[in-house]
Amino acid sequence: MNFFIAAVRRDLLLALRRRSDIVNPLAFFLMVAVMFPLAVSPESKFLAQVAPGVIWVAALLACLLSADGIFRSDFDDGSLEQMLVSPQPLVLIVLAKVLSHWIISGFCLALMSPLLAMMLFLPSEGLGALVLSLLLGTPTLSLLGAIGAGLTVGLRKGGILISLLILPLYIPVLIFGAGTVQAAAMGLPIAGYLALLGALLVLSMMLAPFAIAAALKISVRG
Amino acid sequence: MLEVKNLFCERDERVLFSHLSFGISAGEVVQIEGQNGSGKTTLLRILCGLNESYQGELFWQQKEIAEVRDDYFSQMLYVGHLAGVKSTLTAEENLAWMQQLDPALDKVSIAEALKNVGLYGFEDVPCYTLSAGQQRRVGLARLYLSTAPLWILDEPFTALDKKGVAEKEALLAQHVFNGGSVILTTHHDLNVPGHTVRRINLNEVARS
Repeated sequence: MNFFIAAVRRDLLLALRRRSDIVNPLAFFLMVAVMFPLAVSPESKFLAQVAPGVIWVAALLACLLSADGIFRSDFDDGSLEQMLVSPQPLVLIVLAKVLSHWIISGFCLALMSPLLAMMLFLPSEGLGALVLSLLLGTPTLSLLGAIGAGLTVGLRKGGILISLLILPLYIPVLIFGAGTVQAAAMGLPIAGYLALLGALLVLSMMLAPFAIAAALKISVRG
Repeated sequence: MLEVKNLFCERDERVLFSHLSFGISAGEVVQIEGQNGSGKTTLLRILCGLNESYQGELFWQQKEIAEVRDDYFSQMLYVGHLAGVKSTLTAEENLAWMQQLDPALDKVSIAEALKNVGLYGFEDVPCYTLSAGQQRRVGLARLYLSTAPLWILDEPFTALDKKGVAEKEALLAQHVFNGGSVILTTHHDLNVPGHTVRRINLNEVARS
């Protein structure tokens, strides 16, 4: 447990030293919300209708963009090799890296989402559901993204490939995530949607760390 | 300690080595020799489980390595081409993390290890401000910390100055004197005071 905390602390420290890792996904998230009304229509009724989908798509793409970097720098400077030959369990290291990735991407996005919701005139009933659905959904995105990052880290240009590999797996999260907010905005119950998002999270938390560890071994030993 | 039997490895349809067998016992230094591209790094990576495209058998204390992997990893120290030093962290933070990864790195304190590699006064500057040789020293500070009996070192002396190399050679001598063993590759004329270095030439092995 001490080791797990130390591993999370190291990754958060690394992110703090390289601010762009934190700022990039947030800036992307915000830009989509600013550009969208300009490009489509600033009419509040229309925006309120599409807001859940737009915010969720923007959050998903922001997570996907930052997923590529989860293992990149550790691979480039040899830290990843040291993790593979260390007596500490790789699954634990992987889980710590995913958690810190989620804190700097998904968690911050969820905190920022009420601002975007107001910019896009989302009805106030949907606000809580938006934050909740992002908090439940984005960890799954980080876990799945790390599988793609692990598989492509050995390739020089894995950026496109990771999107192709991971986007199909993101779709269920997107459907239920945006569905939660839509239902809440119309005053319908959301417990079912949240339960499904939670189930997806539990499932990916059980299986993804092993897939990520295996993917990293393939990439380094290849 | 470590035993290699009948190792065969090819890359891109080129045989790097075949029928390679050797053992290393406590108190021995083995230097792997060969031209660039002869498979020195590949061999070392096979020995520490970072490459699995080989045929043959590896034994650690008479047991197959795959079966005693955890035990093996906790008694082996690997320093690769890439030192595993994070440039945005300070030397001290880097070593603290390496200690977390490998709890056997606790022979002396981090401050003392950094002093030994000549980085006294550089402990809390980010590593990107250090020179290439100094960054290498941060990675090699692990050797002073390590209590692992087996060291696998891939070109440990690159970018080091003459004095640094001599210090590391003295450290290797002390390690084997205390019953440890070292497998390394280097293009430098290795001179471990008081010990003979066994040499294995991969170019000769490939032809046999």
